[in-house]
Amino acid sequence: MQDYLFYLFALLTLGCGSMIVLSRNPINSAMFLVLAIASMAGLFVLLHAFFLAAVQVLVYAGAVMVLFLFVIMLLDLKVEQRRRMNTLGIIMGFVSVGTIIAVMLHGVVATPVTPVLEVARHDGATEPLGQLLFSHYVLPFEILSVLLLVAMVGVILLSKKELK
Amino acid sequence: MTPIGPQHYLIVSGLLFSLGLLGVILRRNLLVIYMCLELMLNAANLALVALSHFNGKLDGQIVVFFIITVAAAEVAVGLALIVALYRKRQTAHVEDLTALKL
Repeated sequence: MQDYLFYLFALLTLGCGSMIVLSRNPINSAMFLVLAIASMAGLFVLLHAFFLAAVQVLVYAGAVMVLFLFVIMLLDLKVEQRRRMNTLGIIMGFVSVGTIIAVMLHGVVATPVTPVLEVARHDGATEPLGQLLFSHYVLPFEILSVLLLVAMVGVILLSKKELK
Repeated sequence: MTPIGPQHYLIVSGLLFSLGLLGVILRRNLLVIYMCLELMLNAANLALVALSHFNGKLDGQIVVFFIITVAAAEVAVGLALIVALYRKRQTAHVEDLTALKL
């Protein structure tokens, strides 16, 4: 059952991911990005990362995508006209992506499959995650809050009427 | 059928990353390029969560938590930059944005 769910979510994620790249209209791309992110949250659930799945849906599919859609509406983007495609760019793009895929697949396939460790399986509870976050990772957490403040101030400055 | 192991998740993550990279290279719309960047970040998240699960440790999930937060901040700043750029130049196509000077 879980195997079939994995294949379902993986296919959904990859299909929506390719539709992001393929579709001409930016709004369609944004909608497919929502779908890809939601199905990736399904993969997170399969990996027993329930908290992260919820955060993924809330932050990405909720907040970030609302921002994207707002900006798309604000800029009033038309369907992308067919523009002169740089053939060299296309060739180089596919070559580089193919190389990356080849290297990754080779790395995954060449690695001997170690038996899955069954020790200390934490069955996805949020409590140990929070304890780790607020004990061992408390300094990065605080730095992150400062980063959010900096981003907020920066965005307010950037969206003022006249940029100086 | 082999049981689902870390390699399955890593393959999905690698393919997703490559899709994002392909979008960044091929697409000409600034916003779509930005979405493809988000896709690449998500692919990295998937790999981290998978490795964290199959190692029985939670540190990977913490890193993903941080990445999601940083990505949200980054999206806000990036979109503000795109809007400011659009106000000056009235375009969001990278082919029309070749000059460094506004």
